[in-house]
Amino acid sequence: MAYYVLKRLLLLPVILFVLSALIFSLVMFLNPYERLAVFIPNADAVGSSIPFEELIARYGLDKPFYVQYYEWLGRIVHGNLGWSPSARMPVAEAIARYFPATVELMSLGAVIVFVGGILLGTYSATHHNRLFDQAARVGTSIGVSLPEFIFGLALLVIFYAWLGWFPPGRLSSWAENVVYLSGFHRYTGMNLVDSLLNGRLDVFIDALRHLILPAIAYSIGMLSTMLRLMRSSLLETLQKDYVTTARAKGLAEKVVINKHARRNALLPVVTFAGSIVAKMLGGAVIVETVFNYRGMGMFVVTAAQGLDFSAILGFSLLIGVIIVLTNLIIDVMYTILDPTVVLR
Amino acid sequence: MNTLLRVVRNPLGLTGLVLVLLWAFIAILAPVISHPNPRDAYSIARIGFSSLPKPPSPKALFGTTSGGYNILYGIVWGARTAFRVGLIVVSVSALIGVLVGGVGAFLGGIVDEVLMRITDLFMSFPFLIAVIVMSIVLGKGIDKVIIALIIFGWRTYARVMRSEVLSVKERDYISAAESLGAGKLRIFFRHILPNSIFPVFIIASLDIGTMVLIAASLSFIGVGAEPGYADWGQMINFSRSWLLGTVNNPFEYWYTYTYPSIAILTFVLGWTLLGDTLRDVLDPRMRKIE
Repeated sequence: MAYYVLKRLLLLPVILFVLSALIFSLVMFLNPYERLAVFIPNADAVGSSIPFEELIARYGLDKPFYVQYYEWLGRIVHGNLGWSPSARMPVAEAIARYFPATVELMSLGAVIVFVGGILLGTYSATHHNRLFDQAARVGTSIGVSLPEFIFGLALLVIFYAWLGWFPPGRLSSWAENVVYLSGFHRYTGMNLVDSLLNGRLDVFIDALRHLILPAIAYSIGMLSTMLRLMRSSLLETLQKDYVTTARAKGLAEKVVINKHARRNALLPVVTFAGSIVAKMLGGAVIVETVFNYRGMGMFVVTAAQGLDFSAILGFSLLIGVIIVLTNLIIDVMYTILDPTVVLR
Repeated sequence: MNTLLRVVRNPLGLTGLVLVLLWAFIAILAPVISHPNPRDAYSIARIGFSSLPKPPSPKALFGTTSGGYNILYGIVWGARTAFRVGLIVVSVSALIGVLVGGVGAFLGGIVDEVLMRITDLFMSFPFLIAVIVMSIVLGKGIDKVIIALIIFGWRTYARVMRSEVLSVKERDYISAAESLGAGKLRIFFRHILPNSIFPVFIIASLDIGTMVLIAASLSFIGVGAEPGYADWGQMINFSRSWLLGTVNNPFEYWYTYTYPSIAILTFVLGWTLLGDTLRDVLDPRMRKIE
């Protein structure tokens, strides 16, 4: 097991190398002038006085692909992800600032998806073809095809514009003053955790009020998939012989469901969990834009609109690391849930 | 025919089919419902250039957004854009996927190994983020979005096709064809392909809605269609500034976001319901549980 994990971790740099070469070569499709434009904020105002050729030569933008890639890789290895013009700070710093916000959002979303999906899915399966089950089947069909940004906008119109309960953004301005100006310690960068560590319950509630809508908006689709998956997987398991045996032994139905059936029914759920992380990272881009929530997603959208390639490359590398690590964790979880799976 | 009958008998399947047909009808009749813009049919016709949205009126039944863009026009011609995106992306991705997965599994050995490692590489990146990065590099425009979606869209089909072909090529009738002296090409196209392509159709029908949704999301965050293009996602991006309404009436500009949202929602829901029902009908394993 330890050997397997080590082997996978050693493979990580190789995957990142291939991935970065792929993304970097995509960027190379643009001509040097387009890539130079990123570094000149208001080219129209400065006009023709810019010595384009000289700048391209100075930054080496016209060198062959592999030379540029090699130089870029050299900087990355030394921890220099470059400067992001759209965020007006180094890429590494921008990631350190915005990533915790996205992790916070994803964690809350994951709680909704897993707890809600497993509980509701179990209920739906144990009450097969009853009213709740029928409603769940229709509801999940709608939930799966409900686009995050439309659902998010609907939530904003109802709960912000109309009722005024949940505002967009990350914090109210008074809470922002507390977090950024006073003696507030930012241990993790995640407002929910930091406010509790600082003993500021008011900030915690404010942060939660801002988080709740985006978290709901982007977990609804995954919650629907999770519910369906749990339901059908449990229905299949409940037909297995060992469940009949457990019932015949006279075990309480609750024990049969919780101890015998659900544990085995969880396997497809774990497989889905792997794809959930990827889905959530994508969803974060959309949902953060809708709710004006300053996290990685908004950072990359701003970068995209400004053709800010160092930011996009840095972001892509981060995503690559996360995906590889998630897949590893999923594989390890398999062995815990299903002892017949052996990792080599 | 039998399949279609079973889809229609299922209430959810029937709803899906009706929704898809309804949108197909609107897309086909677009020039009749909304007279095409003489400059470019896919650029939303404008009624005046007012910076404020205008409520529904006889001139613009669904109202106009800021800049005088006619919402009804955008919805009707946007249906064509949606079908174009969905059908092109899914058919081309499926074709590439079927060839990559099918040929890999059929030939086996080093070819399969190389093709699958390439597929793995494409699989290793979250789809939405990959497509966003790709369309940034390609530039603005719905055609660029279509290309970006295809570049990362074929991978699922390759996986599914590969596993299907791997099981089909071990069947007895393939050995029979081989012993009769059929060539490799003939075996692949006449015997293996027709018997392994069903799952691809099911995924494709489910995928059309998803792809249209992702294209709309791209336009929504501003890396897809140009402003003013008849595209539902782009129209919702327009309406974002009008979400809050006015102090007295929070729903003052309801028409700017309601109509495009309903359009996307019903289009995607239609394909999801249709695809789901198709899968249940065609996959007997699922039928038992349902």
